[in-house]
Amino acid sequence: MIFVNSIVVGLKEIWAHKSRSFLTMLGIILGVTSLVGMSAIIKGMENGMKEAMIAMGGVDKVLVRTQPVPAWQDHLADSAPGRTLTDVMALQNSAPLIRLVSPEMALDDVMISRGEKRTEPSECVGAWPAVLEMNLHTLAHGRFFNEIDEAEARPVCVIGTGIRDELFGRPDEIGKEIIPLGETIMIENQPFVIVGMFQEYMGEQEAKERIRQKELRDKQEQAGPKRSRGWGRRGGWAFWRKNMTVYIPLNTAWVRFRSGGTAGSGIPDPRLTDMDIKVADFSRLEEALQQARNVLLLTHQGIEDFSFETQENQIENINKQIKNARLSGGIIAGISLLVGGIGIMNIMLASINERVREIGICKAVGATSANIFIQILIESAVIALIGGLMGLVVSELFVDLLGALTPSANSPVITRNAELVAVAFSVAVGVLAGILPAIKAASFSPIEALRYE
Amino acid sequence: MALLELRNVSKIYHLGGEEIRALDGVSLDIGGGEFVSIIGPSGSGKSTLMHILGCLDTPSHGTVTLDGTEVQRATPRELAHMRNRKIGFVFQFFNLLPKLNVVQNVELPMIYAGVSGRERRKRAEHALELVEMSHRLKNRPSQLSGGQQQRVAIARALVNDPKIVFADEPTGNLDTHTGEIILALFRKLSQEGRTIIIVTHNPEIAAVTPRRIEIRNGKIAEKVDERLAGLDRLAAKAGSLAPAA
Ligand SMILES: Nc1ncnc2c1ncn2[C@@H]1O[C@H](COP(=O)(O)OP(=O)(O)OP(=O)(O)O)[C@@H](O)[C@H]1O
Ligand SMILES: [Mg+2]
Repeated sequence: MIFVNSIVVGLKEIWAHKSRSFLTMLGIILGVTSLVGMSAIIKGMENGMKEAMIAMGGVDKVLVRTQPVPAWQDHLADSAPGRTLTDVMALQNSAPLIRLVSPEMALDDVMISRGEKRTEPSECVGAWPAVLEMNLHTLAHGRFFNEIDEAEARPVCVIGTGIRDELFGRPDEIGKEIIPLGETIMIENQPFVIVGMFQEYMGEQEAKERIRQKELRDKQEQAGPKRSRGWGRRGGWAFWRKNMTVYIPLNTAWVRFRSGGTAGSGIPDPRLTDMDIKVADFSRLEEALQQARNVLLLTHQGIEDFSFETQENQIENINKQIKNARLSGGIIAGISLLVGGIGIMNIMLASINERVREIGICKAVGATSANIFIQILIESAVIALIGGLMGLVVSELFVDLLGALTPSANSPVITRNAELVAVAFSVAVGVLAGILPAIKAASFSPIEALRYE
Repeated sequence: MALLELRNVSKIYHLGGEEIRALDGVSLDIGGGEFVSIIGPSGSGKSTLMHILGCLDTPSHGTVTLDGTEVQRATPRELAHMRNRKIGFVFQFFNLLPKLNVVQNVELPMIYAGVSGRERRKRAEHALELVEMSHRLKNRPSQLSGGQQQRVAIARALVNDPKIVFADEPTGNLDTHTGEIILALFRKLSQEGRTIIIVTHNPEIAAVTPRRIEIRNGKIAEKVDERLAGLDRLAAKAGSLAPAA
């Protein structure tokens, strides 16, 4: 009862001093904006990094890297074999804890063309079907390579939508989606037939953005002439890269491009440019890697010219960055809220000094010290709460603005949690800031307060 | 036992080493239903006495018992409760809250008494009817005349149905006519059986109260000085206002 009334009186008090209250709230507004904004930026970063991680093959992907032979094996350096298909076979046969092995033979600086149009893919790689699961690809159209393609080293390829966009035109530019199955394109001036195309990869944010834009466009189409417009911002780097992929059968890469030797050396180069593995049970990662190491040491005659790179290191890195960002964001928000709290305390002290007589009157008609205490505390909390809510609105605008400036993969995302925390914090700050003024107001003796001029 | 009992009550102020005895050994009994006026020269301690009687202030020495409760032993919370339920106070300068309108001002004591919203509204309107202020419910105090404000203040004092109503120079800032209206109100309240204690310089008011207490220099005078209170002049003018014997 008294509670509701206190809120009403508090609102009146705030309304009676609009500009003063607003200026007081600015601190809280700033605090909430920085808290919500910071957490939105961090959330965006987090999303971007996580999506990029998945776009690059997920957390359970382990890269088998080459490394210079260790010092104690220096004398064997010349016989270091590098990663070859022998390794792949050996792992498949003798390392049961390794579920998937994907060999890759990449072509460097490849130019792909179709008629006048040419483009450079992010990677043009000879691969096995295992690459689909390894790099988390989804084939949207056509097929992937079969055994005959591989055995006969057929000139076939599977492309990402980015390549299609470059060579055949983007759906939003030409008004329809081309699925170029059966078309021939030139890879390093050799004709290849497209047998499959992946789905278009994009971040969650971008996907949402597109749906929004599409709706917008549909509306505009009804309203007026069609306007050619892009899909908006292109996705993050990781997605762009993934969409710009060209795969050909591994054997094709070998026969057509590598068996003649790289850079015109004339010496066939059977080394793989990449060898990725996935373990059967992620919780037994250590064991699996040990098993793979043993197998590979055998095929490498004991020469340790390889190492494993797990995504764990990268995840750790990401988490550390996020933690740092959270900490600094939290500190900034905390300081703003603190300053806001001091502002509120200041204004509440001024306000009760103006209202000594009113407080005296309330006491004369029966208000207890507790009533007055709660009244002042609630007023202070209400100022902070309104400031907090205004802060939410401002942060919404702020984040929109930021979103327009950053690539969509990392665009900030406001979370309900951040908003709740921010508002809860500002109310807490308001209550804390109100304690001292409330104690002061509650301690007036009624007669002194009534006589106060 | 009397409703109000003062035993040897003193109130001493210390101003820069100087001792001011605003009240000096006052003993007094006021029974339930009495209609009392307190008179005396300016600075004699009337307001001080009222504040102590009304639990707004505490004595330096002596005991005050209000309706069986020893005031100086009561906690601040209990005092607040007494001010809220047992006492209605009417001030010389009205003391309405400027940001609240008429009804809200009258509702204020009931808020602290924990009366529900609808009941509060009903009782506030009823109290305002008694003082004939029903037509100005939504006005702010600043939009009312002094007499109107005082009537609202009286409604506020009555709204929790207190046993005792204190009024410190309730007509001091009002013209004669308005003063008469206010006085009529207090007489009505008295006839309804409420205990009413009025501090006044106005002989017309003092004349109507059955009991008069005169304070001089912080002490209760043995005998009311009629000349000082102006009662002699009044009596000479008309007998109609004289109290019924
Ligand atoms: N807070 C205070 N500090 C110091 N002295 C005070 C205080 N309050 C009252 N006094 C003194 O106590 C004495 C009695 O004051 P009080 O207000 O009771 O007089 P009063 O009879 O009500 O006078 P008036 O008729 O003018 O209202 C005065 O001398 C006054 O100066
Ligand atoms: Mg006085």
